[in-house]
Amino acid sequence: MKNRVTYQLDISASTSNLSEVRNFIGRHAGKNGFSEKQIDEIRLAVDEAVTNIIKHAYKNDESKTIDILLIFTPKKLCVKLTDDGKNFKLDTYERPDLEKQIKQKKRGGMGVYLIHSLMDDVSYTRDNGKNKMEMCKNRNS
Amino acid sequence: MKNFSVKHRTQSGFSILDLHGELDAHTASQLEDALKDLINQNRSEIIVNCSNLEYIASAGLGVFMAYIEDVRSDGGDIKLTNMNDKVYNVFDLLGFPTLYDILDDESDAINNFSNR
Repeated sequence: MKNRVTYQLDISASTSNLSEVRNFIGRHAGKNGFSEKQIDEIRLAVDEAVTNIIKHAYKNDESKTIDILLIFTPKKLCVKLTDDGKNFKLDTYERPDLEKQIKQKKRGGMGVYLIHSLMDDVSYTRDNGKNKMEMCKNRNS
Repeated sequence: MKNFSVKHRTQSGFSILDLHGELDAHTASQLEDALKDLINQNRSEIIVNCSNLEYIASAGLGVFMAYIEDVRSDGGDIKLTNMNDKVYNVFDLLGFPTLYDILDDESDAINNFSNR
């Protein structure tokens, strides 16, 4: 394969586009040699990340856009998500205390934990008013 | 595009929800409405059959977290059955199996409820 192959998808910030995002990942990761299990993991991690952007950065404002870039290299796939919404913190990613959350009828926090569990590297930067998140999955993981 | 549905049926007196398709932040509200309907009808012994559930994201798990206390405080439970491995792995990653009854088959859930 070529050293570096990229694919791009822009979606409006609506949860109705999540299935399109998952299909986009599945199609290209399959074509670029990732296993079914790896594809399932990447799909879920990206779904969770995009959901967080829609809900927290954009507060469900469907007029906003999320840019999704897939970069395949011989060693890994990196997914870059860019939005120009509110900066929201995703630094804490301990496994949620389910028992406590159930008692308090609290949801949330699970997506971030899943992202960090399923991907090998996750980083966030804020640059020129944009949130940039990058998450990578190694081919041999 | 409709990629999720939830259907309700009654079996041996228990309420069963059959989930089909992909449960994500967009479709989770359909499951939430179905569970709320049952709880409003004072149905607290609920079985969720996942045999046709192909995908779940944390928004779907969140629905189960939000209502389990309500049904348990009424003496009931939400029991999950017939999950494929891929869906089970997501529940497992977050530690659900220690707090929820996740059973191989719908009949196991009916037996568990009946033999209490």
